[in-house]
Amino acid sequence: MNVTVVVLFLAIVLLTLVITYFAAKRTQTTGDFYTAGGELTGWQNGIAIAGDYLSAASFLGIAGSIALFGFDGFFYSIGFLIAYLVVLFLVAEPLRNLGKYTLADMINSRFDAKKVRGAAALSTITIVTFYMIAQLVGAGALIQLLFGIDYWIAVLIVGVMMTVYVLFGGMIATSWVQITKAILLMAGMVIISFLVLLKFNFNLSTMFTEVKTVTSHGADYLKPGLQYTQPLGTISLMLALVLGTSGLPHILMRFFTVNNAKTARSSVITATWTIGIFYVLTLFLGFGAAAFVGDEKILAANPGGNMAAPLLAQALGGDILFAFISAVAFATILAVVAGLVLSGASAFAHDLYGQIIKKGKASDKQQMLAARYASLAVSVFAILLALFAQSLNVAFLVSLAFCIAASANLPVILYTVYWKRFNTAGAVTAMLTGLFSALILVSLSPSVFSPIEGAALFVGDPIFPLDNPALISVPLGFLGGYIGTKFSKEADMERYAEVKVRANTGYSE
Amino acid sequence: MRNENQQMEGHDEKKPDYVKVVNSNQFKKLMHNKKKFIVPLTVFFMIFYFLLPILTSYTTFLNKPAFGDISWVWLFAFAQFIMTWVLCTIYVKKAATFDKQADQIIEDQLKKGGTTK
Repeated sequence: MNVTVVVLFLAIVLLTLVITYFAAKRTQTTGDFYTAGGELTGWQNGIAIAGDYLSAASFLGIAGSIALFGFDGFFYSIGFLIAYLVVLFLVAEPLRNLGKYTLADMINSRFDAKKVRGAAALSTITIVTFYMIAQLVGAGALIQLLFGIDYWIAVLIVGVMMTVYVLFGGMIATSWVQITKAILLMAGMVIISFLVLLKFNFNLSTMFTEVKTVTSHGADYLKPGLQYTQPLGTISLMLALVLGTSGLPHILMRFFTVNNAKTARSSVITATWTIGIFYVLTLFLGFGAAAFVGDEKILAANPGGNMAAPLLAQALGGDILFAFISAVAFATILAVVAGLVLSGASAFAHDLYGQIIKKGKASDKQQMLAARYASLAVSVFAILLALFAQSLNVAFLVSLAFCIAASANLPVILYTVYWKRFNTAGAVTAMLTGLFSALILVSLSPSVFSPIEGAALFVGDPIFPLDNPALISVPLGFLGGYIGTKFSKEADMERYAEVKVRANTGYSE
Repeated sequence: MRNENQQMEGHDEKKPDYVKVVNSNQFKKLMHNKKKFIVPLTVFFMIFYFLLPILTSYTTFLNKPAFGDISWVWLFAFAQFIMTWVLCTIYVKKAATFDKQADQIIEDQLKKGGTTK
């Protein structure tokens, strides 16, 4: 561990604490706590969405995948980006117009049913749990690698930091931590990409020719099929990526931090540009790492390829750039987990406690207290899980979270806004079918059962062939909603008229 | 199935008559315009997106070189980025016209005409 790393690491801790201090002073009401009072501007929220979305898995994982597997690594970049078209075209504006703090609020704008809210809170909590374990396990492993400290201490550091941001500064602190992180991350990406391009004299053709010869894969490196050999598996993964984003609770929650649909739209645009540029740059990081670090060295540092980007920084810019990129990776983790804690806490404190137990009659003070207790509880729970989950595969957990989001949440969101006949029974069955089919299929998949010992959780033959079950579970979620709706006679056309008008005009009484 | 207005007027007197708004020509026109724009483009980008994994999984013709060592599969991948940004820009422009229509509906109907007292 060198001195520069420690200094930059502490600088980030200090900067985020200063942000939290000022945010805490401005966090007066429950609205401030969950949605920063709905007062963020379009570009602020757009950058914060990018900061919330671009996790360490994107930054380190994709760079590593491209470095090791060439084109196949780039699949993730494409899926994660196109997902924003789904958000922009179908989800963001109606969501902003109908919801208040959570996804359940939006769905309940049509139903007012405890069981719908309960189902929505359950799927939110499940997604957040998987995503959070993935981030914390990844964070622990990464900080262990970068700073040479024990896994459990690393998890505790990240855990305590995220708890402090959310507990004291709520959404205001979380947003500004995410904005700061996004700017640092983009700066880091641009610097490394620039240095990589400089090495190739800014000639893309030279770069492709070079990477074709340097890796152990030879010419195959530039062709798809090195990592994903199962056609249906690839398509299923791509489906989870493109539809999952629109169902991720921590991303959806960000749309409540702006005051109208127009601002929500402009934040998606800012986010899409930022995220798009980021994912184009992952290519330069991946290729750069393949050319200037080499797969042997990348694999030696971490079998998952997660060290490709920091090692590339070291090869191109020495210890100072390495320290900067490591600090950026740390900030990245902090910003993402803070967003997750907040969305998990909102499901517990707002949906389960405030709306179901207290029936929406809790005072603002009670709600605020509940939100803070829930944040603390979610954090502690996540830290404990992460301490025991060290051996789980991070990429698998992330893709599982996307799959559940696409299977359980997206069908209900779309049906709520666009399907006239949709009803309470349909909402509950859609959520539960999507959620449980994803969970059950994954537990029978090659990610959980492998004939080779140590390759997965259990030894045995997988019953279900795909690692990511989205290809089956997403249609099941939609089908569940359809059948559930048809089996129930309930239909409230007046209520749908209201939802339709409000979703499309942004009118509220 | 339709309880008409009793239920609505029951809980909030100031509530606009949303059913009336939904059935108004002004609102129908907005929905028609939105549908005409959003549905075809959504279908288009989903097909364009899934063509990539489908073609790379079942065919190999994208591996042919396009420029030097850059093959068609890479160009198709970059085209996905370009498509995203282009569609974003088109969406913003188009949505501005929807905003106008929506504001008009709020002015004409929700604030006065559609309101039942």
